Amino acid sequence: MTATPGDRTNTNQGEASEAERWASLIGGGAMVLMGLRQGSLRGALTALAGGGLIYQGVTKQSTIQQAQEAIGMNKPIKVEKTVTINRPVDELYRFWHNFENLPTFMKHLKSVKVYNETRSHWIANAPLGNSVEWDADILEDRENQFISWASVANADVDNSGFVRFQKAPGDRGTEVKVVLEYNPPGGQLGAAIAKLFGEEPEQQIGDDLRRFKMLMEAGEIATTEGQPSGRQ
Amino acid sequence: MTNDYGLINMKAVCWHGANDVRVETVPDPKILNPRDAIIKITSTAICGSDLHIYGDYIPTVQQGDIIGHEFMGEVVEVGRGVHNLKIGDRVVVPSTIGCGHCNYCQRDMWSLCDNSNPKGWMEEKLYGNITSAIYGYSHLLGGYAGAQAEYVRVPFADVGVLKVPRDIPDEMLLFISDAIPTGYMGAEFCDIQPGDTVAVWGCGAVGQFAMISAYMMGAERVIAIDRFPERLEMARKFAKAETINYEEVDAGEALKEMTGGRGPDACIDAVGLEAHGVGLEDFYDQTKQKLKLETDRPHVLRQMMVAARKGGTLSIMGVYGGFVDKMPFGAAINKALTFRMGQMHGQKYMHLLIQLVLDGKLDPSFVVTHKLPLEQAAHGYHIFQQKKDNCIKVVLKP
Ligand SMILES: [Zn+2]
Ligand SMILES: [Zn+2]
Repeated sequence: MTATPGDRTNTNQGEASEAERWASLIGGGAMVLMGLRQGSLRGALTALAGGGLIYQGVTKQSTIQQAQEAIGMNKPIKVEKTVTINRPVDELYRFWHNFENLPTFMKHLKSVKVYNETRSHWIANAPLGNSVEWDADILEDRENQFISWASVANADVDNSGFVRFQKAPGDRGTEVKVVLEYNPPGGQLGAAIAKLFGEEPEQQIGDDLRRFKMLMEAGEIATTEGQPSGRQ
Repeated sequence: MTNDYGLINMKAVCWHGANDVRVETVPDPKILNPRDAIIKITSTAICGSDLHIYGDYIPTVQQGDIIGHEFMGEVVEVGRGVHNLKIGDRVVVPSTIGCGHCNYCQRDMWSLCDNSNPKGWMEEKLYGNITSAIYGYSHLLGGYAGAQAEYVRVPFADVGVLKVPRDIPDEMLLFISDAIPTGYMGAEFCDIQPGDTVAVWGCGAVGQFAMISAYMMGAERVIAIDRFPERLEMARKFAKAETINYEEVDAGEALKEMTGGRGPDACIDAVGLEAHGVGLEDFYDQTKQKLKLETDRPHVLRQMMVAARKGGTLSIMGVYGGFVDKMPFGAAINKALTFRMGQMHGQKYMHLLIQLVLDGKLDPSFVVTHKLPLEQAAHGYHIFQQKKDNCIKVVLKP
């Protein structure tokens, strides 16, 4: 950190007003993306859920960041990916809204159990035969538009994400954007699950979204696993 | 049929490296998804683009992969999601795999299907987008087991698969799977106007069907370019084309002379990435390709760009895999050429094409020069690649 306190104040003011400008232009999604650029999706999502507390949202993340720096952790892993699906917005929103459907196309997830309106329990396959679990809460839920969620305190993997559904131009269906972020914890477990989404998290999420698209459009997920070859 | 296909062994053509295919015993295919069907293959052809795999010019083909994408046969098993096919149906299957429900399939652009390639990330990295899978045509294009085998699994069998009558021989129907729609689409891309001259590079099966289609669409003259006398003879005899042997005369000069100095109105590339040229330019491409400095030899593309008339159309149906080099792009821009290209949308054309066959307006069986048992696939590849024994098209009989 080389910036003087004065510099930082200026920067923050600049970013806040930038965020507000974006927010007024295109709504929550942009604020979330601004939050992402700041370093914490959770901060931005929390701000959003809290009723447009943009500035606090953006600054709030610094506590997470400070905590991370204090225990010498890696940077959070962030991925975002968008896919266009040839189905109506409400159908996709409904399918996603039941988090128990997510493991059918998200390869790293073993299962999701929905407890109630907001809380769910997630179990993910971690490398080396490990699995990790956490509870998550829905932070914001706007019908046919946007769902955001975050793990509750003391989760194995502190993580958060959102999905945004937007009608595509013409009759091309729906643009589905997913943003995920997770903070691998320290220690041995941390090393094992640092690669929760594989070597290339962007590709993993891309594959997940492609499977979601296949499932919603074609009704099944294309596969070649189990077919013959001269290798057996 | 109540076979448990996993327990039965079939014969299949497996790729093992450059110029090395072997007929091996492998497990039978199984239904893996609800919309799958299993087809017992009665006829399967070696396509010119299979030679690109055979010669190891297509990236991501793996040792042991079953190859082949032009085929027909009989339904022996259907998944629970397939309601329009039943066991015993005789079918022709298009070589490109389309889901039928994505934006592209619904707009009849089946070879651009979003959903049939399970290994799309690879292609997305190389091409920027994902296109449809093709049977037995590398892992980049899906990694599906190919059809030069006794049985093949057909995904999304409830769409695209064409049911055909029993009383017509295989050789009249087989090429509706791949070569005829490829040639037909190549001609359609030319937007042929009355009086047009269409030049077709390559007198293999796709080239022959492109010439026939060009006449059907109203071309006044069709000129065929190749270097093998027997292929040129076939173009003259069956496709009624005038011919140029580019090893005897300069094809570009000859085309200009034959078209009153204008150049052909449309040019169709039915050759692709293994084009042969003459002289220094061919040496350049052969060398760069061997050194892996370019993946494709674009000789035909270059020649078409220079040969076409101003404002003309280039229709590219030959397969290219990656990178081409030294393109005379100045000719293309200054002459205002139109480029159209793509893998064929078989599902779009099959119904029309079968009708032409049933009405007696098209008999595609003339392209078959060799019928071999599946066991002799290696021999078939060899003579097709080397153009031995006047080989133009090999049909394998499992
Ligand atoms: Zn082919
Ligand atoms: Zn499709």
